[in-house]
Amino acid sequence: MEKLLGEFSIGLFFWQSILFIALLLLLRKYAWKPILNAVSEREEGIKNALASAESAKREMENLQADNEKLLKEARAERDAMMKDARELKAKMVADARDEAKVEADKMITNAQAAIESEKKAAIADIKNQVASLSLEIAEKVVKEELSNTDKQLKLVETMLGDAKLN
Amino acid sequence: MQKQTLVKILFILTIAFGTFSCTDKMDNSEEAKAERKKEVSEYVKHHNLDTHDFTLYSYKGEDGKDHSIGFPLPVILWSDGLHVFSSGKFHHGEEVVESNGKYFALDTHSYKIFETDQTGKISYDEDHHATNVKPLDFSITKSVFMIIVVGLIMFFLFRGLAKSYVKNGSIASGPGRFFEPIVLYIRDDIAIPNIGVEKHKRYMPFLLTVFFFVWFLNLFGLTPLGINVTGNIAITTALAIMTFLLTNFTGTKDYWKHIFDPLGDSMPWIAKIPLYIILIPIEVLGIFIKPFSLLIRLYANMQAGHIVLGSLLGLIYVFNSWLGGTLSFGLSFAISLIELLVAALQAYIFTMLSALYFGFASESHDHAEEHEGEIQHL
Repeated sequence: MEKLLGEFSIGLFFWQSILFIALLLLLRKYAWKPILNAVSEREEGIKNALASAESAKREMENLQADNEKLLKEARAERDAMMKDARELKAKMVADARDEAKVEADKMITNAQAAIESEKKAAIADIKNQVASLSLEIAEKVVKEELSNTDKQLKLVETMLGDAKLN
Repeated sequence: MQKQTLVKILFILTIAFGTFSCTDKMDNSEEAKAERKKEVSEYVKHHNLDTHDFTLYSYKGEDGKDHSIGFPLPVILWSDGLHVFSSGKFHHGEEVVESNGKYFALDTHSYKIFETDQTGKISYDEDHHATNVKPLDFSITKSVFMIIVVGLIMFFLFRGLAKSYVKNGSIASGPGRFFEPIVLYIRDDIAIPNIGVEKHKRYMPFLLTVFFFVWFLNLFGLTPLGINVTGNIAITTALAIMTFLLTNFTGTKDYWKHIFDPLGDSMPWIAKIPLYIILIPIEVLGIFIKPFSLLIRLYANMQAGHIVLGSLLGLIYVFNSWLGGTLSFGLSFAISLIELLVAALQAYIFTMLSALYFGFASESHDHAEEHEGEIQHL
């Protein structure tokens, strides 16, 4: 202990304290603060860059997911539209067919009715003609009768033969 | 293959130099060996002392006298007035220097300056201590010179590092670059774990300065220049006192509460009295023991390293045989490697323990924070 105290130099202690404090203050101002600030700034920068890269990646993923979703929606919409169109087409065809059928039926009915009425008219006409022919025949027969029986008979026959379904 | 050859060459050179250093010119009688032992011991002792001049190399000249190559340093003394002169005037303790009517002589034994009469006689007591009046010595000694050198090196090195961040876009360049990981290590593995993220910034300049200061001076101590700054009790005392002052001046309420009321609310005050009669003196003593252990640890480690290395190198001359020389060389080489580690280790330990003490000083307990939170909440 005495040796230690003997070795202790007040001058050296004095200089060491002064110089060390001076060095500490100088380094603090000109070295340590700028160094530590630069390092922490750099670390902050790296952290931020990593975070922004991460967020950009996530954004990209989101964007991609959005695109995917949009595409899917568009496809679904197209499919729906196609389906609608197909249904519409089928319906229109069916409608047209129904309408045509109704029209045709109506026309057929009309035609039948017309044919019926024509037929009726024709029959009535034939009846009339047959009546008038009969009358004429009867008239002629009567007239022939009046001249010659044979002739009258013959006449009737020919007349009938003429009148046979012309 | 190349490595093996290199190792072989180194080994042969070691033996060769070890042998050559033990010349036949030396007397190998027992008395001569004992004389050399004493010489070596003196040499090692002197090497560890602070001197007033910077000796790079010394040799025994043709005239049988010791010559040394180096340069003198300024001597600054206070004894009823300021006395400033060059230490070269002492001529290594051979001459008396007159300054402002006072006479000073250099004691070649302790390398201290004493006031003397005109003849320069220094009287000694029975313990071989000089009894002359000792002036207040504020000289720029070898240690002070080395502190300035290391200070300049550190300033320019780290100033350069700081500037390189600005110049190079936040990326270190230049020689300071090597030290950036160490700076980060001190921040991330010494300061933050011990002090905490919020408060560590305040102590960083001191921790960094003290680490590099001690480390660089330790490394300079391993050069053959005979520098032993960190192995000087005055230096380590100054450093430890700074840690002490920083610890206690930045101490929080909790730090002082921990010292004077270590048990807190865990028991009634009446039960604490007998315990505190013992506890408080221990805690108060602890304030001083902590930095004291710092100063003794650094001093003893560095001093011991220098003594061991010096003694092992001196053994070459004591043995004066090829075997002893080679073995001493090998041993001192191994110790040098260990000292290289110790140089960094002691700097680390000093910084680490300082950080630990700062951590104690700046701690604020969790329950205290909770209370504060409650008050704010209310």
